[in-house]
Amino acid sequence: MEAIGRPEAGGNGGGYLAERGWRSWAFTLDHKRIGAMYLWTTIFFFLVGGVFALLLRLELLSPQTRYFSNHAYNVFFTLHGSMMIFLFIIPAIPSGLGNFFIPLHLGARDVAFPRLNLASYWVFVAGFLVIIGSLVAPMDTGWTFYTPYSAKSAAAVTTLSLGLFLIGLSSILTGLNFIVTIHKLRAPGMTWHRMPLFLWSMYATSIIQVIATPVVGVTFLLLAAERLLGVGFYDPAKGGDPVLFQHFFWFYSHPVVYVMILPAMGIISEVIPVFSRKPIFGYKAIAYSSLAIAFLGFLVWGHHMFTSGMSPLANAIFSFLTFFVAVPTAVKVFNWIATLYKGSITFESPMLYALTFIFLFAVGGLTGPFLGALATNVQLHDTYFVVAHFHYTMMGGTVMGFFAGLHYWFPKMTGKMLNEKVARLAWALVFVGFNVTFFTMFIAGTRGMPRRYAEYLPKFHTENVISTIGSVVLAVGILVMCWNFFQGLRKGGPAPANPWRALSLEWKAASPPDTENFHEIPIVTEWPYGYGTPKA
Amino acid sequence: MDNVLAFGAASGQAARVDAVFLLILVVGVFFFFLTQGIMIYFAVKYRRRVPGRDNETPDIHGNPMLEFLWILIPSLVVVAIFYYGWRVYTDQRTSVAGATEVHVNARQWMYEVKYPDGRTAINEIRVPAGKPVKFILSAADVLHGFYLPDFRVKMDMIPGRVTTLWVQPDRPGSYQIYCTVYCGTGHSNMLARLIVMPPGEYAEWVEHGGREGGEAEGKEPLHERGERVVKGAGCLNCHAVEGKEKIGPNFRGVYGSTVPLADGTSVKADEEYLRESIVDPGAKVVKGYPNVMPTFKTSMPPDDVRAAVEYLKTLK
Ligand code: HEM
Ligand SMILES: [Cu+2]
Repeated sequence: MEAIGRPEAGGNGGGYLAERGWRSWAFTLDHKRIGAMYLWTTIFFFLVGGVFALLLRLELLSPQTRYFSNHAYNVFFTLHGSMMIFLFIIPAIPSGLGNFFIPLHLGARDVAFPRLNLASYWVFVAGFLVIIGSLVAPMDTGWTFYTPYSAKSAAAVTTLSLGLFLIGLSSILTGLNFIVTIHKLRAPGMTWHRMPLFLWSMYATSIIQVIATPVVGVTFLLLAAERLLGVGFYDPAKGGDPVLFQHFFWFYSHPVVYVMILPAMGIISEVIPVFSRKPIFGYKAIAYSSLAIAFLGFLVWGHHMFTSGMSPLANAIFSFLTFFVAVPTAVKVFNWIATLYKGSITFESPMLYALTFIFLFAVGGLTGPFLGALATNVQLHDTYFVVAHFHYTMMGGTVMGFFAGLHYWFPKMTGKMLNEKVARLAWALVFVGFNVTFFTMFIAGTRGMPRRYAEYLPKFHTENVISTIGSVVLAVGILVMCWNFFQGLRKGGPAPANPWRALSLEWKAASPPDTENFHEIPIVTEWPYGYGTPKA
Repeated sequence: MDNVLAFGAASGQAARVDAVFLLILVVGVFFFFLTQGIMIYFAVKYRRRVPGRDNETPDIHGNPMLEFLWILIPSLVVVAIFYYGWRVYTDQRTSVAGATEVHVNARQWMYEVKYPDGRTAINEIRVPAGKPVKFILSAADVLHGFYLPDFRVKMDMIPGRVTTLWVQPDRPGSYQIYCTVYCGTGHSNMLARLIVMPPGEYAEWVEHGGREGGEAEGKEPLHERGERVVKGAGCLNCHAVEGKEKIGPNFRGVYGSTVPLADGTSVKADEEYLRESIVDPGAKVVKGYPNVMPTFKTSMPPDDVRAAVEYLKTLK
């Protein structure tokens, strides 16, 4: 982005990190510090959730339960799924990287409501503390909490649903804050069509968060009311309807998969042009497809319920609409690939993860039609095929996008450079490990292995052993990556203000940025993708 | 006949689902290699060869024609896939006349089977080949699933509702049934079998009052028959014989032992205690275990109960 004025001097003196002591964090109103706290917290839950994943894989080495009881296995997949979804993947990119970079991208000094921002972090903390409290009687319902099982279970479902209510509240507050920020705090000259695509995707994400999250909040409150007061919303024994819960749940949880994926797509749209030295191809198509996905995402929740006894007509309508989410998604992929055309491409770790995103997300995306088409959905629903599909989109997609973002912005956030060799080694391990772990699940699922099975028939043994071996490679890759981050933090060389020679405004700020981001608010005269020209 | 390959279809209907699967697979593999091939080709071809030479890439911002095409083509492809998947699904859901009807009621963690003529069974459904079958599904406690992978169909079983499922079993054989909707601790042990019999054999079986052929009956030692009964009724989903304890008490060593009860008393596990525990499990609840076991009073004939007790006695 051609802005008036040169990159700001300074940096590496500590910038926003200069102040020390816990109060300087706990009471900070600086969006960068709040973003950093979110990142630490969510990455912590990613690692804990990953440990649970490894325990699941360990148990699945043998067809009969060997290391844990069936109940323990069920608790593990519930904790794994809930942590990964509610405490990691939903907040990580929006509240972590989003908080950090939305104001910087906009050329603003902070978000619109800094106090609300801090409040939303502490509401989040309150939420997960309540959730940890629920571990006295750990949940074994799966992350979907289907009634009537969850209404009857002896586990601390009430506590957990109140915790998730708080997490949802935090998510709504952050979304509101971002919407206002993007409307109101754009630097002079930054029209909507000069915004980096990360902002477009964060804008679409925030809209979904604000509209959909209240529904799940109410759903959880009704569940708590049912358990505490005995009101029959979902339990047929009390006059309720268990399928109603599924409608509520998926009315939120389907749009929310776009809360998970859209921010990652935003990161990919930033990284690809920088490392190809080419303007992004089809800027408007990418920007508006984010909004289209956000809109269509609200119309397709029924595709999680094709076998729940809905009428064939309703099923047909949901199936038809579902297929149309594929179109804006495909458009983005085509545009990213077209951006590479005649570029001058280098493969630093952010780019490696970005290309990996496209590759793995293509597998996840192209296995979607098996589940969207009615005939094959009825076959594959609730089997390992689904587990493979969503790990390809969520982990192969979102998590790879998150890794791309972490590597891309590490110099900006910390003022330190990462060891590129170690980063590539970690990438290679993650790539191989991921595919070995999850591709085998497509095969197991097609052969009929149901999900959430602590014990399985011996005919699925081979797939499960291979998958477990893959998960170990994957885990080693992630550990190497974390080690690299720590080494970078401790003794990485000083980062220049703009190591990747990128044009968006965050790179005009120092590395790490000063508390006020920009001493002088930049004035924007162009879009941020003028790569390949001499001025870049 | 277990589904060794993914595509071991057990009926014509399953083969039609496989055709949809194959179509999507071919389309998907095609687009995967097309897009990823181009991506890798670009990445290799346009990698930066001369360090620092990166200011001469063309200033391309988009291409309306391409943009239009890659909205149009995927749209057409997905509509085609939708239509095909929907057609096959509709045929599979359309009710058929003259079907053998079977009621299946799920509970944690077993399938209770009832035939219209009053016969009952647990975890085993027998039907004649060549005639459509209609499963009338319900659930007693929580959600369950009814998944027949060899027929490529499944349906949720919902408390307070009735759902239905049709299959056309063309080939005799024994087919796996899985519970696919998570239902608690015993979920992954909630298995059953669909046994498709040649029509003649089936008629004979019905004539024998829904029990297996008379020949073996007399000769088989009682405890062996008991073992079959115990395995078939799904007792082992909750009771272990080897190794780790499941939901209920272990079977091994139970006979002859002194069992502590929930009300603080205890009882010696003799034949009568074992029998009562099968037909009226709530009567004496073992200390430390939830009272969740269903009664087998109607579903297990007295002869079978006796055989089951004999089998338990062999587990020392
Ligand atoms: C570290 C790599 C990971 C491995 C090896 C892994 C493995 C597994 C396994 C084995 C299951 C259990 C399947 C079953 O029994 O039905 C599972 C479930 C699940 N995973 Fe992962 N996973 C990983 C990462 C992730 C990530 C990054 C996410 C989300 C962003 C995620 C989300 C989920 C969800 C939502 C479930 C479903 C839980 C449920 O059925 O309630 N996983 N995963
Ligand atoms: Cu079940």
